[in-house]
Amino acid sequence: MNLNGYEKSILAGEFGYPRQQALHQQIEVGRFFDAVDFVEISQVHLMADTESLGETGIEYLEELAKCPEQDRKVTVPTVTDPRGIDLCRYRMLKQKQEWATLEQRAIVAFESFGILMTNTCINYQIVQAPVFGEHIAFGDTGSVIYANSVCGARSNFEGGPAALCAAFTGRVPRYGYHLDRQRHATHCFTVDFEPVDLADWGALGAVIGQRTGSYWNVPLLTGIQTSPTSDQLKHFGAALASYGSVPLFHMDGITPEAQNISTLFAESNSSLPTETISTKDIKTFYAKQGRHKGKVDVVVMAAPQLSLLEMQDIAEMIAGRHVHDNTDFVVATAPEIKTACDRMGITKTLEDAGVILLEGVCFYQMYARETGYANGWKNLVSNSAKLVNIIQGYDYVPVLATTEQCVDAAVSGSL
Amino acid sequence: MSENLTIRGHQGIGGKVTAVALVGGDNFSARYDLDRINGVFSRPAHALYGQNYVDRVLVLNTAKGGVATSWMLREMKSRGMAPAALLLNASNPIMAQGAAFAGLAFMDRFDDDITKLINTGDTVTVDPKLGVVTVVRC
Repeated sequence: MNLNGYEKSILAGEFGYPRQQALHQQIEVGRFFDAVDFVEISQVHLMADTESLGETGIEYLEELAKCPEQDRKVTVPTVTDPRGIDLCRYRMLKQKQEWATLEQRAIVAFESFGILMTNTCINYQIVQAPVFGEHIAFGDTGSVIYANSVCGARSNFEGGPAALCAAFTGRVPRYGYHLDRQRHATHCFTVDFEPVDLADWGALGAVIGQRTGSYWNVPLLTGIQTSPTSDQLKHFGAALASYGSVPLFHMDGITPEAQNISTLFAESNSSLPTETISTKDIKTFYAKQGRHKGKVDVVVMAAPQLSLLEMQDIAEMIAGRHVHDNTDFVVATAPEIKTACDRMGITKTLEDAGVILLEGVCFYQMYARETGYANGWKNLVSNSAKLVNIIQGYDYVPVLATTEQCVDAAVSGSL
Repeated sequence: MSENLTIRGHQGIGGKVTAVALVGGDNFSARYDLDRINGVFSRPAHALYGQNYVDRVLVLNTAKGGVATSWMLREMKSRGMAPAALLLNASNPIMAQGAAFAGLAFMDRFDDDITKLINTGDTVTVDPKLGVVTVVRC
């Protein structure tokens, strides 16, 4: 890779060990993807839940935290993805003290780097959305696909270690979705289906993700009749990224790079493979998820964390009702949204109804397997297609249902 | 009499290793697919469901969604519960970032479908620096 003078100085250790080891890792990844040089970035979103980090990941952070302050401070604004533990509620969820201790150690290290503990995967809704053409290093697949597609920003999937490296060096290897040529559409989907509920948008993302099937493929959707909301695109993108590892989509006339779709085609791609997504395809996807024969153990609203508007919707649906004695209803949101809900009476409505309201975490990032065993959770219902996909490997039997069906299932104990 | 098969791919990450292969015509994510405590594939729908992947050259098709694998490979390796190497037809950044962080042997972009060229049980040498995989069949 071509390095400028500043990058050579980092590599020589002139700016301290954290930046030096970070650039070494970045060069290794850059060479792997044939990057010619680096591109400067303006902000970082860091995924680093303690379930993923483990003891060894925490020790790595603590070693960096021992370095002098001028060497360990991040160079661009850096915010965090959900944590592994809600420190106010982990005992209620029968989660282990050792996990909370790991979490506290990680927080001390992150704060010593000058990282802002936002603890959210919807930073683009509540912290600072990137702007068109902005090069960034985001580290949750849902935040990357939203930033790339809806905002027109430029990011690859930057996993936790890579995002931390980007925070230390202020740059990333220039490959993938930082380049014009990678942002052309490769597959076209004509949508002959009108998604209504957030679960429908997730199902649409899942079906297209399964058919797109690679990080390097970019779907273009045509036929979406009305402009979707931010929450709808959030669920669509999160599912698309989850089922297909896809970091960018274009939506004809809706997303910023698809205002004139003729510009989306590379010369070699003038005739794209085209498929129609019908109502039948979506119904088939729902049907494959099945239905629980017995009781519902847990209803989960998360992945992505809920926006303020989603929280209001849930509160209105469950106001004056109560969660069934044999079922738990877990809702996860960002700390800033939780504060707003406290102030606006939404928290009280939810908690009066028996909802377990978590902040700063997401269900699948908080030791879901062991927490499920501790609470007797097996049969799970969610309106998040992303969660339904991930949680299968954690020994749950998940079912995708609309938001209203989820609330009804929490109240009745069955679906 | 043994037979050697040499497969070329893109230059990879990590050091040279030799181990027995575990091959599946499926995709991969440490978060989505593994019980990392017990070292087995735990996703019921996965082609390698129930199989132990520890110290094997794990051969699969492509990377799934999710970013957690980039932390998890190092965590698995620190407990002696990681694959010896990972070979994919097509990577995403997460797998490469995770391999670089963990120091795990990793390659992709082969001449042909890697999941068809290697069989479970083959002894495989992975040389990421040279971009070469050698399969020994007795």
